[in-house]
Amino acid sequence: MSTGPAPAHTPEAEAAARRLGLRLGRPNLEEFADTVLALARADRNVVVVTSDSRGSGKLTPFGQALPRQIVEVGIAEQNLVGVAAGLAAAGKTVFAVSPACFLTARALEQIKNDVAYADHPVVLVGISAGVSYGALGSTHHSLHDFAALRAIHNLAVAAPADNAEARSLVRAAAAARRPAYLRFGKAALYDLPGAAPEEPGRARPVREGGDLAFIATGETVIHALLAADLLAEGGMQCRVLSVPSLKPLDRTAIVEAARACGSVIVAEEHSVHGGLGEACAALLAEAGVAARFHQAGIPDHYTWTGSQADIFRHYGISREGLAAAARHLKR
Amino acid sequence: MPPRRSEPDDAALARLSLRYRRRLLEAIKHAGGGHTGGSLSCVDILNVLYNRVLRVSPESFASAGRDRYIQSKGHSVEALFVVLADRGFFPDAELDTLGRAGSHFVGHPTRKVPGIEHNTGGLGHGLSFGVGQALAGRMDGADYRVFVLLGDGELAEGSNWEAALCAAHYGLSNLTAIVDCNSLQITGRTKDVMGLEPLAEKFRAFGWSAREADGHDFGELTAALAQPLDPARPGVVIARTIKGRGVSFMEDAGAWHHRVPTDAEFARALAELDAARAQLEARG
Repeated sequence: MSTGPAPAHTPEAEAAARRLGLRLGRPNLEEFADTVLALARADRNVVVVTSDSRGSGKLTPFGQALPRQIVEVGIAEQNLVGVAAGLAAAGKTVFAVSPACFLTARALEQIKNDVAYADHPVVLVGISAGVSYGALGSTHHSLHDFAALRAIHNLAVAAPADNAEARSLVRAAAAARRPAYLRFGKAALYDLPGAAPEEPGRARPVREGGDLAFIATGETVIHALLAADLLAEGGMQCRVLSVPSLKPLDRTAIVEAARACGSVIVAEEHSVHGGLGEACAALLAEAGVAARFHQAGIPDHYTWTGSQADIFRHYGISREGLAAAARHLKR
Repeated sequence: MPPRRSEPDDAALARLSLRYRRRLLEAIKHAGGGHTGGSLSCVDILNVLYNRVLRVSPESFASAGRDRYIQSKGHSVEALFVVLADRGFFPDAELDTLGRAGSHFVGHPTRKVPGIEHNTGGLGHGLSFGVGQALAGRMDGADYRVFVLLGDGELAEGSNWEAALCAAHYGLSNLTAIVDCNSLQITGRTKDVMGLEPLAEKFRAFGWSAREADGHDFGELTAALAQPLDPARPGVVIARTIKGRGVSFMEDAGAWHHRVPTDAEFARALAELDAARAQLEARG
């Protein structure tokens, strides 16, 4: 069963990443685990809650280093979120860590009521998100989480594209003491060009261009960047915007990119319903921007499985797939 | 640690409960909606908690060392609003805004209302939240206690049992659950909708200390709630109550789950409560 990480997914894409001088980082989960450990060492009120997920959350070292700052609730996601809200209400800075598929579906009412509505500052951490679990199948995929959580008031929603974005989001979420959802995958990720946004909610320009804008989030951004590189060989100059924060959304950067380029492809590891694609479509329509528009996400049917890399390629979330979509859009 | 106020005797609590019942019926009648039966079944429990047990006041509500009360059976919010108003958390007149457009006094507890610890209303949420508060108290070496009021019908929500496992696993003696066991829910008898008994044995099997009490007896409730039931385990007080308690035609009648009295019923209910009050006064 292939569930392992595949940074750029094909030998050609790997070679392209090397040509661009991109350094291969590590999985965002590991970046998260180290960042939260550093935060917790500096502040004993930083607490992690897990649902039999400390191993998959890369939190075993945290548990060994700070056993009094980790709470295990067993395989019980509803209780995980409720307990996290209670801890947060008593002054703790809480990271509630569980596979995104279970956290954001089974415990959705706890997220809505106990965290967002009641305004207790829990940072919900969805691990192995999207199709990271690959061939484990749809029970383990989270392709609904952006849609479900974006519709809940008082909850920030974010998915980092590289280690720098992950570090920045974790630190910002701890400092903000506001309800937030952060989504991490399992694959090792390339460090993207350009600094990760320091201000939460900002998009990150990864590549300049005026012919077409790739607007992407999380683990799809690298593929948009490699597609842009491939398209440049044929003379098409594409802009790439990494959007780590789905809510709040950097409206200015997205509208500006669409206005400047006139063609937009949104890439995300999520259903085409209710995620970044529809958020951008609504935003551009409201702003009166008429752009050619394509959503590269997971279509609304029984999800084809394989590894994350297989699934991405199958649905065109790849260097070659996104490049083909761009050419088609520009015909 | 905020001090507890001087304890009123049973006769004083009885007078208070009659006043609370009258006021919550007025509020429900004025609002044109509310959970009449469940508010009447739990109001004696709230009376004992807020007037004898909890170390919390409007002044100490922001202090980290306060005792916490979480009303998981959030629909009985009218009883809680009335008791909080009496304890000075907000002016009594604000109850007249219950259910009005734009008011924070909605049909379930929210933290927009002073004195409320947690937003509840979806059932099966309060106990996990209480476990989190109790764990935080343990981490901080604080001596506050956490109380969670549950409904008996609410216990069909599986999340309660996740929380029950967790509280016992961590030996949270600073956590006390109270079940307002009024034996009725919206569809009918709890035993017919989804059987719970033997409830005390279930909690004991989960690792809790359990005690049964008459949920309308101030002495029994005080004895069960004044101290943790067990120094090493969470405690649950199964309070046997009567839904609609205090108004003869509302007592143990499922129809009064969220029925609003007609003008005639309202007048009869107030007359009954006033007669009970006069009887209490006559007894001195």
